Amino acid sequence: MHNPKTIAVAMSGGVDSSTVAAMLRAEGHNVIGLTMQLWNQRRLAEHEGMPEQVTGRCCSLDDVYDARRVAEHIGIPYYVVNHEERFERDVVRPFVAEYLSGRTPIPCSLCNNHLKFDQLLVVAQQIGADCVATGHYARVEYDDSRGRWLLKRPADRSKDQTYFLFGLTQEQLSRTLFPLGGMTKPEVRELARKQGLALAEKPDSQEICFVPGGDYKRFIDAYLAETGEALPDTAGELVTANGDVIGEHKGIHNFTVGQRKGLGVATGSPLYVIQINGADKQVVVGGAEHLYSRTLRARRVNLISVDELDAPMRVSVKIRHRHEPAPAVLEKSAGDQILVTFDQPQRAITPGQAAVFYQADVVVGGAWIT
Amino acid sequence: MLRIYLDNNATTPVLPEVFEAMRPYFGEHFGNASSIHHHGQETRAAVEWARDLVAQLLGCRAPEIVFTSGGTEGDNLAIAGLTSTGDHIITSSIEHHAVLHACKRSEETGCEVTYVPVDGRGLLDPDDVRRALRPNTKLISIMMANNETGVLQPVEEMGKIAAEADVCFHTDAVQAASKVPIDVKRIGCDALSISGHKMHAPQGVGALYVRKGIRVQPLFYGGRHERSRRAGTENVPGIVALGRAAELAMQAFERGDDKKISALRDRLERGILAQVEEAGVNGDAAPRVPNTSSLYFEHIEGESMVIALDLKGLAVSTGAACSSGAIEPSHVLTAMGLRAGRTRASLRFSLGKQNTTEDIDMALALVPETVARLRELSPVYRTQAVSS
Repeated sequence: MHNPKTIAVAMSGGVDSSTVAAMLRAEGHNVIGLTMQLWNQRRLAEHEGMPEQVTGRCCSLDDVYDARRVAEHIGIPYYVVNHEERFERDVVRPFVAEYLSGRTPIPCSLCNNHLKFDQLLVVAQQIGADCVATGHYARVEYDDSRGRWLLKRPADRSKDQTYFLFGLTQEQLSRTLFPLGGMTKPEVRELARKQGLALAEKPDSQEICFVPGGDYKRFIDAYLAETGEALPDTAGELVTANGDVIGEHKGIHNFTVGQRKGLGVATGSPLYVIQINGADKQVVVGGAEHLYSRTLRARRVNLISVDELDAPMRVSVKIRHRHEPAPAVLEKSAGDQILVTFDQPQRAITPGQAAVFYQADVVVGGAWIT
Repeated sequence: MLRIYLDNNATTPVLPEVFEAMRPYFGEHFGNASSIHHHGQETRAAVEWARDLVAQLLGCRAPEIVFTSGGTEGDNLAIAGLTSTGDHIITSSIEHHAVLHACKRSEETGCEVTYVPVDGRGLLDPDDVRRALRPNTKLISIMMANNETGVLQPVEEMGKIAAEADVCFHTDAVQAASKVPIDVKRIGCDALSISGHKMHAPQGVGALYVRKGIRVQPLFYGGRHERSRRAGTENVPGIVALGRAAELAMQAFERGDDKKISALRDRLERGILAQVEEAGVNGDAAPRVPNTSSLYFEHIEGESMVIALDLKGLAVSTGAACSSGAIEPSHVLTAMGLRAGRTRASLRFSLGKQNTTEDIDMALALVPETVARLRELSPVYRTQAVSS
């Protein structure tokens, strides 16, 4: 090892971050394991519809136990850091507020921007680490010609997590390592086995870490009940694209653009949510053809591979995590907004989700769909 | 790496003399203290030898000592064992969780509990306790010394209030035992809990003083051990260790060792405050046990500081750790009315009999540079530094 570094590894207790810690340790780096305690999974346990036992979930004692066992196994110091306050303020509250205003939020991006690559990076530097490594599937590299840090898609496209990482700044990228960027998931599991990690076969986590069973509606009810806040009345009308009222709904937070089930109206042809008007509490429904749109506007832009968007740019744009990037033109729009014009209309462009821009493997940047 | 341990309020190393005393009871003398044969007689004698020494340390008679598994059991036994449904309990907002959560549990089973606040010095006002008395008050439970600040409560006054009102008085003396002299008669308490591992005996043993004539309902049912107050075969090695630790504590008081520890603590506090700006001592306006120092360093996160210092070989702590090991905001400092920022910026240094001047000087070399690094990298501090 020519240049050993002091690296803080964000350990979730899963296979990916555990393997990162083991890899970096084997390479001779000075590794410190950190687990972020973000959410008390028992906090809402007594509320209706919330599970009493939450095992095998992010921030659960089982995961901390797993992470601690890995740290012991590979011989690194390990600490749990409490970021519950910040997580609630910067991730959970905005998550609830977004749904209540008729948008569909992505808490993972907020967590990356505000917790993992901000708060945790500060802690890492304070305790003497040069950088933070995580188990994300993405690549980061410095491009001499542009003089910028680049975020790139990983070797294993099926695990690509760049969509959730578009908010990283140059400063953050310069202090971040994604050691799994060149590996596939089976290779990671194989390496975990070789390193003797008992959790090599542990299943991947899928859902939003603080929402048990993925039922965000129940989560919102339980959260507001626990904080003593009333669930705002967002009930209203179900209208067609022409403005005809065809029914009522019990709250806009129960809907997301593109949704077909649970509309509560029966018609001859399938109906979809095509728009949610937060201000009027209206849910607009229509046929599948209304779901397609060629343009979107997005705000709070973060650019990575370029520092300015001087002229319209050809890119591919991803509008949700499981979306194949679609060719489009990117240009500045009014205020701090950005306009994306797709070559082909895209299905269910959803306010609250992110639009992430790519040129081949390189993440140009991203913004929040309005 | 050279490691310095200044977290003796969390636990203490077993002193070599204590370990020597308990060692034969793992093998050579292994009998069940309840057995009638030779082996049982040997260990029974050892248990009663230890009981005498613990009774001497607390100023009570040997039959008034109930051996327990530690401070938490003693606190639970006192609270659950001296009250029943419909009773009212008075305690404070700065108690250890062993008392607070036992009281919460009592609330669930039909008791009423008043949590008396403390002032900015960390002290209870005895008048608040007096005013909290109700016709159905059965128990007052107020700690002797606080685990985070080391602040000593006016327990003798509490004892008087309890006696006048004819209610039971329990004090959690886990953080006081072996640090300050204890005399249950002077305190006027009916129950007092101590823990072995806070006074250089091992983890897993403790004692509860229960005044003669006071009936305590047991937590466990089984044999008639400990005069039917605590069923279960005695932890003989632990009990012997506690006895020896009590004996050593009494000898240490005679030698004036507590003054040596307070001199080291003062050296630490003065040394740090001379080198670090915007720092101070929580609870320094109140009487404190000699070994504890709760220091705050404005603009830092205590959690990062504990980790940074640990990586350099200095073990200290902040607040209480939750089950995952993450640090929770201190309910003690919050109850003292400290701003959230200062609560988070606070660290506890606690000394033990094994600490030396060299240990303190190493801490004095590490703490200022670590505070400086944390402040330099704190977004909040940087913003303030630029704007001012």
